[in-house]
Amino acid sequence: MATTQRTPGRRKQIMAAAAVVAALLTTAACGDSKEGGAGYDAANNKVLNASSHKGGELKFAGSQDADSWDTTRGYYGFAWNFMRYYSRQLLSYRTEPGKAGAELTPDLATNAGKISNNGKTYTFDLRDGITWEDGKPITSKDIKYGIERQWAQDVLSGGPVYLKDVLDPEGRYPGPYKDKSADRLGLKSIETPDDRTIVFNLPRANSDFAQMLATPSASPVRQDKDTKSKYALKPFSSGPYKFASYAPGKSLKLVRNTRWRAASDPIRKAYPDTISAKFFANANDMDQRLINGDYHLDINQTGPSPQGRTTALKQHKGNLDNPLTSYIRYAVFPRSVPPFDNIHCRKAVIHGADHVSLQNARGGPLAGGDIATNMLPPSIPGAEGQKYDPYGIAGSGKKGNIAKAKEELKACGHPNGFRTTIAVRNNKQVEVATAESLQASLKKVGIRAEIDQYDGAQTAGIVGSPANVKKKKYGIVVDGWAPDFGTVQGFGLPLWSSKYILQSGNNNFALIKDKAIDGLFDSYVKELDQAGQARIAKEINHKVMAGAYYLPFTFEKFLNWRSPKLTNAYTSDGFSGMYDFVNLGLKNAK
Amino acid sequence: MTEETAVFSSDGTKDGAADSTSVQGRSLGRIAWERLKSDKLALAGGIVVLLLIVVALLAPVLTALVGQDPETHHEDLINPLFGTPTGSLGGISGDHLLGVEPVNGRDIFARILYGARISLLVGFLSAVVAVVLGTVLGILAGFFGGWVDTVISRVMDGLLAFPQLLFIIALVSVMPNDMLGLTGSSVRVFVMILVIGFFGWPYIGRVVRGQALSLRTREYVEAARSLGAGRFHILFKELLPNLVAPIIVYTTMMIPTNILTEAALSFLGVGVKPPTASWGQMLSRAIDYYDSDPMYMVVPGMAIFITVLAFNLLGDGVRDALDPKGSR
Repeated sequence: MATTQRTPGRRKQIMAAAAVVAALLTTAACGDSKEGGAGYDAANNKVLNASSHKGGELKFAGSQDADSWDTTRGYYGFAWNFMRYYSRQLLSYRTEPGKAGAELTPDLATNAGKISNNGKTYTFDLRDGITWEDGKPITSKDIKYGIERQWAQDVLSGGPVYLKDVLDPEGRYPGPYKDKSADRLGLKSIETPDDRTIVFNLPRANSDFAQMLATPSASPVRQDKDTKSKYALKPFSSGPYKFASYAPGKSLKLVRNTRWRAASDPIRKAYPDTISAKFFANANDMDQRLINGDYHLDINQTGPSPQGRTTALKQHKGNLDNPLTSYIRYAVFPRSVPPFDNIHCRKAVIHGADHVSLQNARGGPLAGGDIATNMLPPSIPGAEGQKYDPYGIAGSGKKGNIAKAKEELKACGHPNGFRTTIAVRNNKQVEVATAESLQASLKKVGIRAEIDQYDGAQTAGIVGSPANVKKKKYGIVVDGWAPDFGTVQGFGLPLWSSKYILQSGNNNFALIKDKAIDGLFDSYVKELDQAGQARIAKEINHKVMAGAYYLPFTFEKFLNWRSPKLTNAYTSDGFSGMYDFVNLGLKNAK
Repeated sequence: MTEETAVFSSDGTKDGAADSTSVQGRSLGRIAWERLKSDKLALAGGIVVLLLIVVALLAPVLTALVGQDPETHHEDLINPLFGTPTGSLGGISGDHLLGVEPVNGRDIFARILYGARISLLVGFLSAVVAVVLGTVLGILAGFFGGWVDTVISRVMDGLLAFPQLLFIIALVSVMPNDMLGLTGSSVRVFVMILVIGFFGWPYIGRVVRGQALSLRTREYVEAARSLGAGRFHILFKELLPNLVAPIIVYTTMMIPTNILTEAALSFLGVGVKPPTASWGQMLSRAIDYYDSDPMYMVVPGMAIFITVLAFNLLGDGVRDALDPKGSR
């Protein structure tokens, strides 16, 4: 409200309104970068500008800082990508474009690990010459300690806990900070017979265990350098670069770690001398600075805003790549909310939706992605992409199949449609646009959907609480998901397993309780053969689609800006279609 | 109750009009109207306000006349690569007088007209809520004084210090979807009217209290009291007619503030629900396209600008015309 002194208050209003109009009428000019691009999609799944030129400062720009630079606590995909600069793991992803980039290769270990005891024991030997930033050797005990930090969730929350769940499913170990043993290495399931050998004893086999070891949360941490909750401010480096300065939310600078030995590292080439990141409050400003050439690439790897997208596509298309991510965007139908307890009502929504309109709302074919036809990201072994389309989503029913939708409505006992509520995060314009598109197309078949926007920061307590979903009658929840590691377990277990239905922070929004799906996951974790794993993944996907729990929108793509100065630029499936940061270099560095 | 005390009654104007030839028969209402008529800016503001009200009331008719409605998607008019309209100036054409929205291609002309309904509805009704509450509580506080005054004044102080925007945002996020037989956007409109009105009454309440405080010791009130008039008679028959002028002034000035508050709430995503059109919501969406589709920002921006300006000019004029200091 205005002030009690009305005249100045009102004048201020008029002035403010006039200022807004003035601002509206002037629009920002576009800058031009002098260097031409190498071509559209030139670094998508292939290496652009291969070079071993060293030196220069690689400059990242971002609109969001990492959740944490502590290897135990970070969960953002781009942070995992960036962490390879200053952390090493037993295994890591191959530095290859596309699909090959998702394959694992030994890093600190000499080989991919000896698996014995029916997949329950993993033994690794460490390389020669692996060192910390002070020159001391990295030992198996440092790796064990680094992994143990996952147990200290009360101090170090936020990161993934797959290793904790697999190595200690009963939660017996109290974590290193409450550990009574003198060396604080009391976790029984990891043995370190000597400094160069580490043995993992899993209570139950899990075929994705090697994948879990490749996440940064399995990085070594040295006990005397562990500053607990402050570790994110200056992680102690085991990789080719170390922290020089870090102001959270503002800037970050890494310099060469002079004690790192290239001969000990089969993965990292360490081309630039310095690596910096600057964080912007305004995403449009950041896009413009990238296009102007002030920075080399977006650290967040989420693609430009609609504004920057238009400028970049119209004027600098040759500097863009359009990679496929491992994200799927979708709507999910909680079965606890009538009439979505009836499979035919769920199918009616799938058939009634206009899938092209949904794709456009997501940002169109380039910034949004391809129309998704099933629930397994194309980069995951066992995925079939658009070839598996049980509901004709990208085929005949692309613009919505009204006849089929009406048929299903009749079968579910609501021939004239029904009323329901779409829940959508309020902080994502794109998601609200998607909900509006869905609302408009469902109206044509008689389904009257109301859109309820909820606080996007409160997801865990709002759509993550089955009781609240039922109370608020959220029949359709708009969401998206990407795997933590590229397998059906890493993607689908939290979404589709009945064991993952939680009272808060739930992700199995549909409340799927299917013994067949649970059984398939059980056999998946025991299956060590890759072809067998892919077959099971395919079967799980088919079961999920048969249940009509989901309306998939897009296999997400994004437009990624690449500076013409970058060398060794390529997108990698290991990092969800982002550029693989670790071996990027610069041309003629000044 | 003499002729001079009931200075501003509806028949006062009529009386003035009836004997316009006589020399002394001009009521305060008549004088105010004469003054307002000579104020060109206020008149212009008044005409625009009237026009807005007509346009809002006739929104369904007007949009039907041009063959549009606010909710139909026209995605064939959108370039899917950029999400912006293919036509120039935000897709302005014979069919779409003010262009179409980015991404879904809804008709902007229709959405602006329907948006006017929400803006004016919330602006007016919340002002009514504030005026009724403010007048009743203000007059009680001023007339009775003592502990009644203390309590009401402290409540007003408290409300004036309350962060109302934050409160509304919090309130809306815990609101149920259905309430009192209302669903969807109607719930939100209802809540906005109540809350904006509720937080607005102290502004009027303070003025009314001050006036009542000074009026209650006037001779005509004393006279009425000595003749045995009851409290309610004095409150509503003696005091209230003399408070009409400041109340009218504050009401016209409160409406544009309320319209801006509604726009702010919709901008922040706690106003009406999609697909209901609202100016604030259009502005908020337009941020993403300020460079690639500037028309989309200009149109709702101008709508808010013109509406608020018109109400403020009218309010200024009304205040000048009714200013107690200027009257005899």
